Amino acid sequence: MTEMNAVVPSVATKVSHIQSHKGFRRRKAVNWVMLALTGLITLLAVVPLFWIIGYVVAKGGQYINLDFFTQLPRPSGIPGGGVLHAIEGTLLLTFFAALIAIPIGLFAAFYAAYHPNTLLGTLLRFGTDVLSGIPSIVVGIFVYALVVKPSGHYSLLSGSIAMAMIMLPTIIRTTEEMIKLVPVNLREGALALGAPEWKTALQVTLPAALSGILTGFLLSLARATGETAPLLFTALGNDRFNLSRMISSGVSAGQSIFAIIGNILEQPVDSLPLTLYKYSQDPNIDRINQSWAVAFVLVILVLTINIVARVWVEARAARLRQ
Amino acid sequence: METTLINNSFASNPAVNASSAVHSTPYTFPKEHDLATLPIKMEVKDLSIYYNKFKAVEGISLAFPANQITAIIGPSGCGKSTLLRSLNRMTELIPRAHVEGSVFLDGENLYAPGTDVVELRRRIGMVFQRPNPFPMSIYDNIAYGPRLYGVKKRGTLDEIVETSLKQAALWDEVKDKLNDSGMALSGGQQQRLCIARALAVEPDVVLMDEPAASLDPIATLKIEELMQRIKANYTIIIVTHNMQQAARVSSFTAFMMMNEQRAGTLVEFGETTSLFTNPKHKQTEDYVTGRFG
Repeated sequence: MTEMNAVVPSVATKVSHIQSHKGFRRRKAVNWVMLALTGLITLLAVVPLFWIIGYVVAKGGQYINLDFFTQLPRPSGIPGGGVLHAIEGTLLLTFFAALIAIPIGLFAAFYAAYHPNTLLGTLLRFGTDVLSGIPSIVVGIFVYALVVKPSGHYSLLSGSIAMAMIMLPTIIRTTEEMIKLVPVNLREGALALGAPEWKTALQVTLPAALSGILTGFLLSLARATGETAPLLFTALGNDRFNLSRMISSGVSAGQSIFAIIGNILEQPVDSLPLTLYKYSQDPNIDRINQSWAVAFVLVILVLTINIVARVWVEARAARLRQ
Repeated sequence: METTLINNSFASNPAVNASSAVHSTPYTFPKEHDLATLPIKMEVKDLSIYYNKFKAVEGISLAFPANQITAIIGPSGCGKSTLLRSLNRMTELIPRAHVEGSVFLDGENLYAPGTDVVELRRRIGMVFQRPNPFPMSIYDNIAYGPRLYGVKKRGTLDEIVETSLKQAALWDEVKDKLNDSGMALSGGQQQRLCIARALAVEPDVVLMDEPAASLDPIATLKIEELMQRIKANYTIIIVTHNMQQAARVSSFTAFMMMNEQRAGTLVEFGETTSLFTNPKHKQTEDYVTGRFG
C-alpha cells in the first residue's frame, strides 16, 4: 500500500513535467499552424467547384425555361427556341457509346482480373492506362480516319465510337477492381459445386460486384457526356437534327425499326458540349445567353450522374461493412 | 431422397472404368494401422502436389473409409488443406500447381484423362473455412447446385431446399425467410447454409476445410452435431487445426507434418482414439500432447 502511494504522485509530476516542457508548447503550436494551413488549402481546392456551379447557375439559370428543353433552335438573331436537338444528341451519343463500351469493357475486365500475369493481361492493363492518357482530340481524329473518312460523312455512329473509346479505360479499370474485390472464396464455392468458370463469373462474381461495376459505368458516362473534342471530327454538330421527324417519316414510309435506327446513326448530330462551344462564339447575345443555359444543364447532368454513382458506392460499402 | 438427380458415374471413359477392377472395395487397411476391414470411399495413392517447383505435399497414401468422419490434423503449413483440395481437383484453380499420383473415388481415378471435373465435384462437395454464401437468396443458394445439374421443376427444387436445410439443421431458423439474402445470416448460420448447399447436389463425399475456424464455440458445436448426424449418408473428410475437434468428431485421424524439405508428409494414420491415446510415432505424440504446433 505504501508502495502504491509512492508511485501515484510520481506519475502525476511526470505528466505535468512533460506538459510544461518548452519543446512541447512549440510542437503544439507547429501542429496548430500546419493544421490550419492544410485546412485552408483544402478549402481553396474545393472553391473552384462551387464557384463554377454558382457562376453557371447565376449566368445560365435565368434562361432555362420549358421551351429550352422542348424546342429546336431558331435561326441566329431570332430570340427563343431551345436545344432539344443537343439534348437528344447527347442522350443518343451516350447511349450508343455505352452500348459499344460496356460489353467490351466487361469482357476485358474479367480477362484482366482472372489472368493478371499473362502477357495479354499485362498488355491490357498497360493499354488501358495509355488509352486513358491519350488526349481526347486525338481519339476524335483517329475515329475520323477510321470511320468518318471511309464512310464519307460525319455521323452519330462515329461520335459514339469516339465516346466509347473515352469510356473504355474507366470501365475496364473500375470493373476489374470490383471483380478483384469479390472474395476468391465465393468463386471457389461455385466452382466446388461443379459450376463452370463462365457460369461462376456470370451468376456469382458479377452479381456480387454489380453495384460497384454500375458505379464505374456511371462515372465513365459522366466523363464522356462532358467531352467536346472527340465529337468535333466525328459527330460534328447538326442544329437541324430532328429526331421526332426522322422517326415519324421513317414510320410513315413503312421502314423497319432497324432501318430507322440505321438512318439516325448516319446523321451528324449535336451534343450539349458542342452546342455550348458553338453558341458561345456566336455574335448574337441570345445565343451567348443560351450557351450559359447549356452549361448549366450540362453541369447539372454530370453532377447528378456523379452524385448517384457516389451514393451507390457508399450504400454498397455500408452493406459490406455489416 | 430416394431418386438420385444425376447419373452417378462421372467417368464414361473406358480406361477409367477399367481401373475400378484393380481398386475394388472393400479395402483392408494395412495391418500396422490396426483398423477393421471397412468399405473404402476414397483412396489417395503416392500423391505429391507441387506449386511451381516447390513440393508442398509428398508421397501421401491414405484411404478414407465410407460413411465415417476422417480428420486431417497437423501444424500450419503442413499441406493439410492442399491435400484436401486435391481430393476434388480444386488445386487446379491455382496457377502452376500440379498433382502427381492418383486419387480414387469408388475405385475410379479422378486424375485419369477424360474425367468430368464438373461431375466429380458434384460427387465430392466442399465446405470452406470462411462461410461463402452466394449473393442471392437462401433458397437460390441451395437451389444453385441442383439447377446447375438441370433440375428445373419448382416442386423438386422446393423439396431439395427443404431436405438440405433440414439436414444442415437450419430449416427451422430460415423456413420463413427463404427469400432473404443468404449474406444476412449470422456466421454460424451462413456456414450451415454452405453445408446445406453442398448437400443439395447429393454428393458422396463432403470435404471440410476448417469449417468452424471462424465460428464461435456454440456455432462450432452445431456444426459438429450436424456432422455426426449426416455421416450415415456421407463420407466426411475434415481438415482442422483444433485437435479437440478432431478427437470429438472423427473416427479416423491422419496426422501430417513437414519434412526437412518443407514438404507435407503423412506421419501417422489410424483410429482417432488410438492415435490420440497411443500414438505410434514420437512426432504424433509430441503434437497431440501439445508439445509443439
